[in-house]
Amino acid sequence: MKIHEFQAKEILKKYGLPVPKGFVTDKAAEAKDIHNKLGTSVTVVKAQIHAGGRGKGGGVKLAKSAEEAASHASAILGMQLKTHQTGPEGQKVLRILIEEGMQITKEYYIGITLDRRQGKPVFMVSTEGGMDIEEVAEKTPEKIIKEAIEPALGLQRWQASRLAFALGLEGDYAKQAIKMFLGLWQVYDNEDCSLIEINPLVTTADGRVLALDCKINFDDNAAYRHPDHAELRDLTEEDPLEVEASKYNLNYVRLDGSVGCMVNGAGLAMATMDIIKHAGAEPANFLDVGGGANVETVTNGFKIILSDPNVKGIFVNIFGGIVRCDRIANGIIEAAKNVTIHVPLVVRLAGTNAEEARKLLLTSGLKLEVAETLKEGAEKIVAAIKK
Amino acid sequence: MAVLITEKSRIIVQGITGKEGSFHTAQMLEYNTSAKVVGGVTPGKGGQKSEHGLPIFNSVKDAVKDVGANASLIFVPPPFAADAIMEAVSAGIELVVCITEGIPTRDMQQIIPFVKASGAKLVGPNCPGVISPGIGKMGIMPGFIHNPGTIGVVSRSGTLTYEAVAQLSAVGLGQSTCIGIGGDPIIGMPHIDAIKILAGDPDTKGIVMIGEIGGTNEEEAAAYIKAHVKKPVVGFIAGQTAPPGRRMGHAGAIISGGSGSAGSKMKAMREAGIHVCESPADIGVTMKKVIG
Repeated sequence: MKIHEFQAKEILKKYGLPVPKGFVTDKAAEAKDIHNKLGTSVTVVKAQIHAGGRGKGGGVKLAKSAEEAASHASAILGMQLKTHQTGPEGQKVLRILIEEGMQITKEYYIGITLDRRQGKPVFMVSTEGGMDIEEVAEKTPEKIIKEAIEPALGLQRWQASRLAFALGLEGDYAKQAIKMFLGLWQVYDNEDCSLIEINPLVTTADGRVLALDCKINFDDNAAYRHPDHAELRDLTEEDPLEVEASKYNLNYVRLDGSVGCMVNGAGLAMATMDIIKHAGAEPANFLDVGGGANVETVTNGFKIILSDPNVKGIFVNIFGGIVRCDRIANGIIEAAKNVTIHVPLVVRLAGTNAEEARKLLLTSGLKLEVAETLKEGAEKIVAAIKK
Repeated sequence: MAVLITEKSRIIVQGITGKEGSFHTAQMLEYNTSAKVVGGVTPGKGGQKSEHGLPIFNSVKDAVKDVGANASLIFVPPPFAADAIMEAVSAGIELVVCITEGIPTRDMQQIIPFVKASGAKLVGPNCPGVISPGIGKMGIMPGFIHNPGTIGVVSRSGTLTYEAVAQLSAVGLGQSTCIGIGGDPIIGMPHIDAIKILAGDPDTKGIVMIGEIGGTNEEEAAAYIKAHVKKPVVGFIAGQTAPPGRRMGHAGAIISGGSGSAGSKMKAMREAGIHVCESPADIGVTMKKVIG
């Protein structure tokens, strides 16, 4: 799960880690007051959306007066902010964070995430703060300094110290950075994060070290341990169809093609998307209905797929292992009675009792085509939508 | 012969009295021949019999002592699953297969060093399990689609593995052992370890390696195959059409930070001499062609 910058900074504050003074609002009219309240000659107005690259997209502006803060606020609030992470349609800005300005002396990158290769969290720092870290990793990997963390022990003091000095920090700045790194590890570990990024961490002319930006993602599998995280979820940042699907416990990801697919199992669902592409069309979605594939899940699956106006045909591909195909076929027949399917439908059932299932589908009176193999199914649905 | 599950396997089920555990225990009792299911563990129900008539123990240690368990299949819910793995490993179980989906990453990263140090083999979590056709299975896969034979299969997903197995069976190729390694970012037996086991099995003549987007597991396995494996390997990567930054069902199936794309995996696999299928429909026929 992703959260907003202002929410991530609230968490940092709870752990006693320094962040700029700031206030969040959804009203442009409040910007003036906030600017005055912060009391610095310059303030920063920052759009609060989950996607990165906000600055380049015009979602972060400096204000030299209360009036300027107000005009930035009204320009940013409500805008469709487009960044390299939002997609071409952009994301509507519903909230802004207004923060104190400061005299920044240096910017650094700090990140903690799972190193899948080692199966351990890795703490990364770089002097290339404020840059796209993926670009740094590709072009100048030597500029990223890493410490692998022993999960059971946590980030050790010597590691935090090594990282701080590797950034060239000295004296009190180094001391503050070490404290910050150890604290960030506490956040990462205690809150079951899958990512923390401080980009940038800054040093200021008045001797401070603070997190100018902060991005936190949580491990969804650990949500049960953190009931307080649930209220941090912002549904307006998610695709409405994906939100709807999650209510039915369906694993759905919207894509931009025209062939809707309904599959059991994540690997087979991806493979089904792939074979649709090989057959000459693009998948409209990823949808894993899980092992059960009963009337309810199939009905909900059809509803979700058909709510996407781009869908011109549906390919159901289910491998019935423990659950017999004839039962799944009956589920599909029932589901098709509950939902009006106005686009071509191809059903491929494989596994236990597959032949019996095909007979059931063909004699059901439903307008559909059946397929025996994966390839046949993909070719049939692509042919059907191109008619 | 086969690997992992053999005539010597004495299998227990942790979580045998739960819905899934109980159901799949019955399925295994029906399917397994020489690899025996010998009991189950549900703390607090020790001394009772399961609905299948198997003895239930309070701890894995008791099961090891009383019925000589050496393999454990875990159906424990996510909050307790890592603990269950630790218990099995601590009791000296040699093969642990964890089906549970949804274990927090933090739990897994904490126990993995311990599991490795113990020398036990962990398959999963979030996997369909392991099957040696004709000998037995530890998992949730449908036994009947498998035929005894000489092709080893390793894969991160469930139904896609069944699809591949069904394709192999359809072209007349049976399987030695099929290992579903799991779809989580941290798993006990990554591709490379499964490949090593299958490469060292004299009864496995060819290997099907199925991967998916996310991580660099497949690239590491490919490097090993290039250097050490003489047997023919057929590969497929799911998620060629998946966009970056989006999780595709499995917790580990995400292209992030510029790594984990299907393209880079397929390239590494091709360079290692693996016969990579572009289409998931070609896995069976490709193996047939390669192995003759």
